[in-house]
Order: sequence, then structure tokens, then C-alpha cells
Amino acid sequence: MASPMLELKNIVKVFNADTEDEKRAMDSINLTIEKGEFVTVIGSNGAGKSTLLNIIAGTLQPDEGSVTINNKDVTRIPDYKRASLLARVFQNTTMGTAGEMSIEENLCMAELRGKKRGLKWGVTKNRRSRYREILKTLELGLEDRLTQSVGLLSGGQRQSLTLLMATLIMPEMLLLDEHTAALDPKTAAKVIELTNTVVQENQLTTLMITHNMQQAIHYGNRMIMLHQGKIQLDIKGEEKAKLTVNDVVAKFSHTLKDEALLSN
Amino acid sequence: MLNIVPISLEQGLAYALAAIGIALAFRILSFPDLTVDGSFPLGGAVAARLIFEGANPVLASLAAIVAGFLAGCLTGFFATKFKINSLLSGILMMTMLYSINLRVMGRANIPLITTPTIFTPMENMEISRDIPVIAFFFLVVLLCKIGIDLFLHTEYGLAVRATGDNEQMIRSLGVNTDAATIFGLGLSNAFVALSGALIAQDQGFSDVGMGIGLIVAGLASIIIGEALIKPKTVFRLTLAVVVGSIVYRLIIAFGMRIGLAPTDLKLATGVMVVIALAVPALRSAKEKKMKLRGV
Ligand SMILES: Nc1ncnc2c1ncn2[C@@H]1O[C@H](COP(=O)(O)OP(=O)(O)O)[C@@H](O)[C@H]1O
Ligand SMILES: [Mg+2]
Repeated sequence: MASPMLELKNIVKVFNADTEDEKRAMDSINLTIEKGEFVTVIGSNGAGKSTLLNIIAGTLQPDEGSVTINNKDVTRIPDYKRASLLARVFQNTTMGTAGEMSIEENLCMAELRGKKRGLKWGVTKNRRSRYREILKTLELGLEDRLTQSVGLLSGGQRQSLTLLMATLIMPEMLLLDEHTAALDPKTAAKVIELTNTVVQENQLTTLMITHNMQQAIHYGNRMIMLHQGKIQLDIKGEEKAKLTVNDVVAKFSHTLKDEALLSN
Repeated sequence: MLNIVPISLEQGLAYALAAIGIALAFRILSFPDLTVDGSFPLGGAVAARLIFEGANPVLASLAAIVAGFLAGCLTGFFATKFKINSLLSGILMMTMLYSINLRVMGRANIPLITTPTIFTPMENMEISRDIPVIAFFFLVVLLCKIGIDLFLHTEYGLAVRATGDNEQMIRSLGVNTDAATIFGLGLSNAFVALSGALIAQDQGFSDVGMGIGLIVAGLASIIIGEALIKPKTVFRLTLAVVVGSIVYRLIIAFGMRIGLAPTDLKLATGVMVVIALAVPALRSAKEKKMKLRGV
């Protein structure tokens, strides 16, 4: 059997250790994700979802345990050195792009993800015409606004651009942290469809946090639920395909007190 | 009244080099770097001492650039590796540079009246000194402006800009933002030190106190320039800084002409900057304020 894309072994992360506010955000998490799996992640506020992604990306270091991506132990490797393996999109639409820089400059920086950056010219003619073609696929008219600064875009446009940047050079893994939560429902639906298309077309190994249970059930081929730093539920294959909101509610209503999670 | 123009032009261009450096730190890197008040006299000190000891003025000026670069790198090192607050890192460096500058010079002031400097050949020309000196500064500023414009559009230059704009994002794209900050501050202070080295040679002496208030004067120049030329692009930002520096020196010269004492200049400049910073805050809290990291 092929080696897994991601292996988390016995991950522990404690915030504010030895104080009144001590919080075990990751409580001995073990998780193995195979190549090409599209995993949705649910859980109430504070369950540890973002912490999980931060530990995979290296923004946070675990107190215990190891992180292996594509057979490479990256536990002690800083976030910026994991860039060639991972791409991320966050909830906050301003986080994934540099707002004062132009659309084409942002795309150029994304194209160089994890590569050496030297004193070569950044946005070359070649790159610009390629970006124009790629942006057309978004159907947002951004191809005519290449030199405008990203700060002028709407949240939805910015998030679509971020997603495009994340997959401009295919990463080994895509990490999405409630990346549609800040958008209006219509735009959110578009961005989630765009996400699904990109992931499917490229068989991209993906971890997608969502606060929307229906999204979590509808998309992906595996779903995990976090609760108090533990994986409470892990559903794959046939079972995942047949899963309904009612199933999850019936099984775990006691841990799903968070209203937001139950609303669509 | 017209005779304030040549001197303002000369000073405006000479200090524009420092203002470009300050803009690089404050505007591009979003790093409020106060090293400048120390790296400017450092440039003057290194150049003056070397020239005084008989070195070639061009090489002495290059040495000043290197010294400024290292000083800026150290400030960046304090801020990124030791996680010292960015303002404090600059203040620490500036304070330490005061002692270093005195060490470099061996005293508080080195006169360069009798020693040949970069400007000596221009003084021996048949025409008024102003013309070749202004032309020289214009050329140096032009080269520096174009140089920094070009750099900020290279692959690494984009990463440096993104470090000041959205550090987390460019880190996730694989850039060591600590290194980018250190390098950027080095570059910034290299410009400032070059400015100090040239101004020391132009005015005929280097003084340990010549950097006091430079940061505020630089900010005033940037603010004036940005009011005149909207800095929508890097090209326009550096242009705005150069124009702002010249206009600022014109205003100062005009102020002196109508009776402002030279000793009041720092107060006048400070008031100018406070007003400029206050206006957007008073107009609306939402308007864009200076975005600074680590303050
Ligand atoms: N940097 C931090 N410092 C202290 N506590 C934190 C930090 N980040 C997260 N936490 C705590 O860890 C828990 C998990 O947070 P998080 O992973 O953000 O949850 P979510 O599932 O909502 O994304 C929460 O109780 C949160 O308050
Ligand atoms: Mg979260």
C-alpha cells in the first residue's frame, strides 16, 4: 500500500500550560490521511480545528507527537520551509493575499511558493499572459484588472483569488480553514463549488474545516469531527457517502450544542 | 527669495536618499525603524574618518554604505530573532551607534575642509559650485530611486514588500520573513548612511549630532510627497519621497527666510508631522493609518 500523505502521531498541544487558563487544544490526536483523500472537519467553536491545521502547517509546534507529510518528518521544520508541501486558505479573506500589491504580483508570489527567489524580474510578460488566461477561469473579470491592488477586490473575489493562488502550483496538501465563512451565502456557494472542482480535478489531498454540517457531509470522501481536542468521529467511504445530517445529530447531539453547527 | 531654490534643491536631493531609506522601512516593510538617527551620522563618521586618513572619497562613501547596511541588519536581527519590539530595537541600535560613531571618528567632529572629497573636482570647475553639485546629487538620487524601484519588482523584492504587507501570507508561501526584514532594514539604512556620507562631505564636516531629528524630517518629507503624488505604485512612492524631500527643504528655507530660528526647525517639523498624522484620524477613524508591525 502506498504511503499516506499525512501522519499525525499522538499530537498534544497545551496552551497556557500550568496556569488557570490551561487548555488542552490537542489531546493525543492520531490521524492518517491517504493521498487524494478530501477530508471535511467539523466541531464546535474551540474544538481545536484551527489548531490542528496550524500544527500541520507548522505555524504552531506541538508539545508532543510528530507530523509526517509525504514520508517526511516535518515536526521541527518551520512553517515557511513547509511551503512547497502545503497551501492554505483562511476564513479571513484578507489573510491569503497581500492587499497593497497587485493581482499579478500576488499570483507571481504564489507561483514561487517554496522556490528560491532571486533578483530575476517578478511579473514577466510570459507570466502576465499566463495569469490572464488562468484568471479567466474564475469568470470574475479579474483578468482585466491584473495591475490593480488586491485590496480593491470584494471578499469573494479575494477568496477566489486566494484559492487560485493556492493551487497555481499544486501543493501536496490543501488546508482550508472555514474559507467560505466570511462570505455571503451566494458567494460562499460559488467558492465552495470552485474548491470542489479544483480538488476533484487534481485529486488533491485536502483538509477542509467548515462550520456548515451540510457542506461537510456533501463534500469530500471522509469526515472527522473534533471535540475538546479529540477526534470524536471519523467516517469514510460508503458510510460517508450515505451520511445525512440527521445521522450525525442523532449520534452526537450531546456534543453538538453549538447552534451554528446545526444551522445550514 | 529665489536664492532659496538652489540650496533647497541641493539639500532636498541629498536628504532624499535618507528619505528613500526611511520610506523603505516605514512604508514598504511597515517597520518603524528609528536606527536612522544613528545610521545617518554613522555614514558621515565612516566616510569622514576614512577620507581624513587619506582614503579615496568614493571608496569611503562605499564603506559608509556597508556600515549602514550592517547597522540596519542588526536592528532587524534584534526585532526578529530576539523578538524585541521594533521601536525599541531601533532605539537600542541608535543609542549604541552614538558611542560607535564617536569611536569611529575618535572625536565629536571631523572637519573635511582641507581634505579632498567627492565634491572637490566639482569645486574646481569654472562654473558656480551649485550646478555640478546639484547635478551630482540628482544623478545619485535617480540611480538609487531606479535601483530600488527595480529591486522591489524582482522575485525577492516582491517577497520583501509582502513581508511588510502580509507577513503570514508570504511565510506560508515559503519566504523566511525574518531574513527579508533583516535584509530590508539593512538596505534602508544603507541608503541613510550614504546620505550621511555625502552630506558630511558636502557640508565639509562630520558631526556626531548630525542625525538628530532626521527620522522626523524624513517622515515629513514622505508625508508631503504622498500628499502631492498618490503613492499607488512603488515607482510613485519613491518619486513622491524625492519630491517631498525637496518641497520640505523649500518650506524650511522659506520659514528661515521669514524669521524662523534654525533652532526652532525641529519643533516646526514635528508639528507638521503631528498635524499630518492627526488629520486622517480626526476626519474618520476608518481612514487608513500608518500600518506598522510590532509596535
Ligand atoms: N494562541 C492561543 N493561545 C491560547 N489559547 C489558544 C490559542 N489558540 C487557540 N487557543 C485555544 O485552543 C482551543 C482550540 O482553538 P481553535 O483550534 O482555534 O478552535 P476552533 O475549532 O474553533 O478552530 C480554544 O479553546 C482556544 O481558545
Ligand atoms: Mg477556527
